[in-house]
Amino acid sequence: MIELKSVSKTFDDKEVLKSISTSFLPGQTNLVIGQSGSGKTVLMKCIIGLMTPEKGEINYDGRNLLNMNRQETKMLRREIGMLFQNSALFDSLTVLENVMFPLNMFSNMRYKERAERALSCLDRVNLHDIGHLSPAEISGGMKKRVAIARAITLKPKYLFCDEPNSGLDPKTSIVIDQLIKEITQEYNITTIINTHDMNSVMENGDNIVFIHEGKLEWNGSKDKIITSSNKKLNDFIFASNLFKKVKNIEIGLMEDEG
Amino acid sequence: MSALNKVGEYTLLMQKVLTRPDRFRETCKQIVREMNNLGVSSIIIVLIISFFIGAVITIQIRLRVDNPMLPKYTTGLVTRDILLLEFSSTIMCLLLAGKVGSNIASEIGTMRITEQIDALDIMGVNSANFLILPKIVGLVLFSPILVIFSMIIGIVGGYMVSIFTDLITTDNYLYGLQTFFVPFYIKYSIIKTLVYSFLIASIAGYYGYYVKGGSLEVGKASTDSVVMSSITILIADLVLTQLLLT
Repeated sequence: MIELKSVSKTFDDKEVLKSISTSFLPGQTNLVIGQSGSGKTVLMKCIIGLMTPEKGEINYDGRNLLNMNRQETKMLRREIGMLFQNSALFDSLTVLENVMFPLNMFSNMRYKERAERALSCLDRVNLHDIGHLSPAEISGGMKKRVAIARAITLKPKYLFCDEPNSGLDPKTSIVIDQLIKEITQEYNITTIINTHDMNSVMENGDNIVFIHEGKLEWNGSKDKIITSSNKKLNDFIFASNLFKKVKNIEIGLMEDEG
Repeated sequence: MSALNKVGEYTLLMQKVLTRPDRFRETCKQIVREMNNLGVSSIIIVLIISFFIGAVITIQIRLRVDNPMLPKYTTGLVTRDILLLEFSSTIMCLLLAGKVGSNIASEIGTMRITEQIDALDIMGVNSANFLILPKIVGLVLFSPILVIFSMIIGIVGGYMVSIFTDLITTDNYLYGLQTFFVPFYIKYSIIKTLVYSFLIASIAGYYGYYVKGGSLEVGKASTDSVVMSSITILIADLVLTQLLLT
């Protein structure tokens, strides 16, 4: 479990995160949503440790990240998997070498064992026989899946995904969403996904945190988000006509049931 | 103030780079890869440039130093000393700063803007050490080979002038090469190249590592790294010459 207590971050006198407190449970896909510039990327960077908040606590299963020394932080990072917006695969390595990379750096396995583990991770994300290709030779969706495979090679306890659907077609987006959800449940990982894709929210939102102008504005599940009365949240999710229609249908159904 | 900031940033980066690698085995693999990428791939250009510059220096010296008071072997002697003392180390490294330095800065800069460096950091890898140290070690280890090749081929270039033109006889050229030979000049040239290689790889690594923005900034970082490496090499040349030859 990752628990945030009154996390605040300031840039040049501008408060980007305003005393955010929430918790992200294992086995759940936790989504952080919000408009561009709302502070969700800064929040994720603070949770990962790429930025340091001025105030607050970030507890990884009771271990406060902000009180850790360099060695403890290093050890914690080995429990973290990260899926970047543009996959961030290493261009100079093949797909298999990319997936093997964390094992090469942090495990004492022999080459054969490392290769077997990497291949099993590639199988898990439904990629077969592409280990010899370079990242430039595969599609955007495949890159995301390779990045997921790389993120799970060390069996992480925490998985962070930054805009996992950006640049993908709707069908591939759903495949990636489902894959993240399955892996989260299978390995009982605490997964935090940064997104503004409402399809993702409705597919994966076990726990949704809505950030508006650096403040935690709403927290709940995908079942409650459509019927929420929070104005700022409604302005955000019903910006598209599609979701306005979804809301009307949902309300209609509730009235029929009532 | 900005220059001082950069010196400070460079020093702090070098503190991170010059530490014990997380995985020695992986770093060794990277070093071998970099020796190939940065060193072996530069051999052809070094050989071509050294051959022609050696030939041109021989012709120029023969034409400019045309004094009956000077012995006939002067051309060979001066060509040898120019090649050993300055060309094969300083001028060759200025060329390498262009080829290798821009390569390093753009490679690391692209890794920065595509979040590959963030990926390393999040995994708990010392990204500066993992990316820059192998490049520094690879180039520093391979550069003496490039210097020696450059010296030999430069002298061969001059020798070809003595064979294919009637400006100087082969005997005079070869005699000039052997006259007043100081073996320390070779050591001096290699020492200078080791320092220059460190400067090229570390400065280019610094510019690439701290890129912010997109492809335009990567291009700018690449150019800045070449300019800064070249200036630093010239300053180091002055200091090392003063220290080692006086």
